[in-house]
Amino acid sequence: MTDFAIRANRLSKKYYIGARQEAFGRLSDRIGNSLTAPFRRIGKILRGEVQTAAMLEEELWALKDISFDVRHGEVVGVIGANGAGKSTLLKILSRITDPTEGYADMYGRVGSLLEVGTGFHPELTGRENVYLNGAILGMRKSIVEERFDEIVEFSGIDRFIDTPIKHYSSGMYVRLAFAVAAHLEPDILIVDEVLAVGDLNFQKKCLGKMEDVASTGRTVLFVSHNMGLVHSLCQRAIFLKEGRILADGPVEPTINAYLQSFEDSQGQNISERSDRKGKGDIRLVDLRILGNDGQPTTMLATGDPVRFEFLLDGTVRKMTCNFSIFDQLGRPVARYLSSQRGEADQVDPELGTTFVCEFDSFLLLPGSYRIDFDVRGEGSLQDELQAVATLNVTEGLFHGRRMRQLERSNMYHFYLPHRWRTPVG
Amino acid sequence: MSTIQAKEVRPAAPLRERYRIQPSSGWIPLDLRELWNYRELVYYFVWRDIKVRYKQTVVGAGWAVIQPLFTMVIFSIFFGRLANLPSDGLPYPIFSYAALVPWGYFVNVMSGASSSMLSNAGMIKKIYFPRLAIPLSSVFSAGLDFAIQFVVLLLMMLYFGISPTANIIWLPFFLLLALITSTGVGLWLATYNARFRDLRYIHGFIVQTWLFITPIAYSSSLLNEPWKTVYGINPMAGVVEGFRWALLGTDTAPGPMIAVSGLVSLIVFVSGLYKFQRLEKTFADII
Repeated sequence: MTDFAIRANRLSKKYYIGARQEAFGRLSDRIGNSLTAPFRRIGKILRGEVQTAAMLEEELWALKDISFDVRHGEVVGVIGANGAGKSTLLKILSRITDPTEGYADMYGRVGSLLEVGTGFHPELTGRENVYLNGAILGMRKSIVEERFDEIVEFSGIDRFIDTPIKHYSSGMYVRLAFAVAAHLEPDILIVDEVLAVGDLNFQKKCLGKMEDVASTGRTVLFVSHNMGLVHSLCQRAIFLKEGRILADGPVEPTINAYLQSFEDSQGQNISERSDRKGKGDIRLVDLRILGNDGQPTTMLATGDPVRFEFLLDGTVRKMTCNFSIFDQLGRPVARYLSSQRGEADQVDPELGTTFVCEFDSFLLLPGSYRIDFDVRGEGSLQDELQAVATLNVTEGLFHGRRMRQLERSNMYHFYLPHRWRTPVG
Repeated sequence: MSTIQAKEVRPAAPLRERYRIQPSSGWIPLDLRELWNYRELVYYFVWRDIKVRYKQTVVGAGWAVIQPLFTMVIFSIFFGRLANLPSDGLPYPIFSYAALVPWGYFVNVMSGASSSMLSNAGMIKKIYFPRLAIPLSSVFSAGLDFAIQFVVLLLMMLYFGISPTANIIWLPFFLLLALITSTGVGLWLATYNARFRDLRYIHGFIVQTWLFITPIAYSSSLLNEPWKTVYGINPMAGVVEGFRWALLGTDTAPGPMIAVSGLVSLIVFVSGLYKFQRLEKTFADII
């Protein structure tokens, strides 16, 4: 008998998506389209060309020819940018949706955890939800009963177990939900970034639980954007890009290939990039990072002033511009939101379609950082792009103190202004 | 004997079951074993629906009693008194109420099942389980309201001094017919509701129209043969008249009409089940 847990063979998945290109079409075309579209749509349905309303849209291969084998006891990380097909792959392997082509053989009981707390009902008590959620995840009542005390202990909310969970804080809610799922004990566990929630202590507990699962010879398939987590949990990683496997192997080189791909995408002009999310009424067309001398740059020294200029191709009502900074391992470092107004913020009519964010002193420690951007407006996400720029921070002087990366590079990110008082000696 | 025992010895390492994930196409057999494995889930869904249904309401389960009683009063005033519709020799209130009870069950299952796919969309997108568990739980959870209303019906029979005749042994058959009809229509609507949201806008219209083409406010004895048999194409006509006949002992034995209703109901049920099963795997993508 072979020792395979998962054998995927040329899995492919086709989706129908709203035609995004239309947004760029001429207005007269769009008006004409929207007038005739209902008739064309009804015609298509009558002729039996489509079976659902969604099929009237454009098609997209979310996954194409994905083949890989996973042995029992392996812990495999699935990595890739937004829209690379990670979630689709997990959904197919969890039997939530069918592949369009290809097949996968699963050897053993599969438990999947794509979102914590789905199926929890706010009106029911914690105890009732444990049983309900257990059943949804495919656990027998007798098994839930057997593990009930363990689940409650793991969640740490024993005092509130008979309170309706609508009174829970979001942290308690997540803890209880993860506790149920963690006691599922399947042969193959499929996890989608659920650990991004809860406080640090609980995250550690969850990680510990996942390590336990892996050490008892079970198979884990784990999707995350957090390369630090993938690195510490998995021996092997699969890197997906645009629905295809770009790299599959030991975790370290695969993560490097993934991070490298971000830098590659920066060779591309921002306005020409198509790996975007959002409605697209307004888009980012250029990002300029202006350093000490007011010239565009990607190199900064710790403590330097810096100015980010996000140039959009239009304006909508209630726009807010946000960007996040990630470290070399893809761990989030900081996020800045124009919607969180401060005293020094200004509205400047002369900016046109540009958002400007200024730092008097940029206090990140030396290292390479990635910037993700998103803009919201009219109540929805308009545009989102990962890795719009890479920022290389070098050693700098701040108030006379030399800021260099400490012995274990990539570990520390921030400098906070401070002073020492030291005794003689 | 010994050879049989030898076969039953388990291998040292537990054999892991294999499951193949592949595109579903063509005729898919109904996977009853899978549904049976998840029977506890159906139980929990029903339990959840019932437990939550009347939370934070003042009257609570009383609504199950009030709704059909109120409709009965309206019908009695307008159709019974003012329009003076014949009621097969029965007091008009009990004549209409005996029909409103199975009708209410039908509407509850139909609305419950058709909206259930959307109200459980989060789960459908994130967790695997046999999707049939969702509409099926509406079929069972509507049973509680039905049971309450049925008790009220029995009390009314007591009040009007109507004792059941031997026809009552047929009641389980009509209960089953009501169940199959409701489930079949519910499955069709659940499938369509998931794919075309337009259904939400015509749902009220469907219920209203169906109410009027079903002999609730009036009796099917208004029709002559062969039209009465044709009328059986509406399966709820068979259910409602059957209920009256079995419980109240009207002398209008359903006859061929019930046969037509039963047949239509079975067709709707089987085709609904097939349709649902065939599109089950696409729900997560389109909801």
